[in-house]
Amino acid sequence: MITKLNVASIYVLDKEEALDFYVNKLGLEKGNDIKQGDYRWLTVRVPGDSNTEISLEVPGSPLHDEATGAQMRELITKGAMGGLVFLTDDVRGLYESLKARGVTDFTQEPTDHFYGTDMGIRDPFGNPIRILQQ
Amino acid sequence: MSRNQRRGTIRDVSRETEDLNRRLLRARDAMDRAYAESLDVPAVAAVAHISPAYFSRNFRAVFGETPHHYLQRRRVERSMFLLRETDRSVTDICLDVGFTSLGTFSRTFREIVGETPSAYRAGNSPMLAPNCVQMMAMRPLGSAFATYAAGAEAHLSSFGEASNSAAA
Repeated sequence: MITKLNVASIYVLDKEEALDFYVNKLGLEKGNDIKQGDYRWLTVRVPGDSNTEISLEVPGSPLHDEATGAQMRELITKGAMGGLVFLTDDVRGLYESLKARGVTDFTQEPTDHFYGTDMGIRDPFGNPIRILQQ
Repeated sequence: MSRNQRRGTIRDVSRETEDLNRRLLRARDAMDRAYAESLDVPAVAAVAHISPAYFSRNFRAVFGETPHHYLQRRRVERSMFLLRETDRSVTDICLDVGFTSLGTFSRTFREIVGETPSAYRAGNSPMLAPNCVQMMAMRPLGSAFATYAAGAEAHLSSFGEASNSAAA
């Protein structure tokens, strides 16, 4: 029986820029940051939740050949790749905090639905992020 | 190595493509966010920091339809949502989603969905999928997608109203 989601990966164009966005803007915390030769195993996670890490991967060598990497970067920047959904206890407060931290790429301002209130943003590369208050 | 320090011609071309994609996506997001407002191509192109003509041409190349058609499909999708989930009048819903004339709304809805707003309302009940899933997955393609997108290309200056020639 599978018991936890341990690591999910998203593709970004630059790990340092991604780390700045996910930690300093969105408010996640850095998880693993391990150099193995040219490869950097870099993860972020919800503060205090060490069960599930989000691995930040960059398309291209050594995971993909250059042509494949270029295709993936095109898809990321078109917003055609998968994204992340987070839960929060205060979506409107977070919306104001994100704006104060200079986040501008909102795809949806906080909106009430029968299942809760959610908002949408994009990371600097085009990946969609939903944040829901249930 | 930062993105700005990538070397080589192929990478430079790739980087330009990625930057343009990202800016076009930002403009597309603005349409998804502000579909109810009075939008025109110059305003949305400004979000991407490119000229209106360059914006329209590249938007179509990257996303496969004109910005006008993308916005009309978003407005129709939101109107379908309101028809299913609320008991607001068709006229109110037409204005809610950014159309300014009931005639244009009804004609665009019929072209894209294949039936009138009232008939759609009669045949559909509220959905349980989250709103973001509905907005991604339920936006109607339209039976004459390619034809409509081609016809709409003439309207580079305005989003507000599909002209009679586009519908013909």
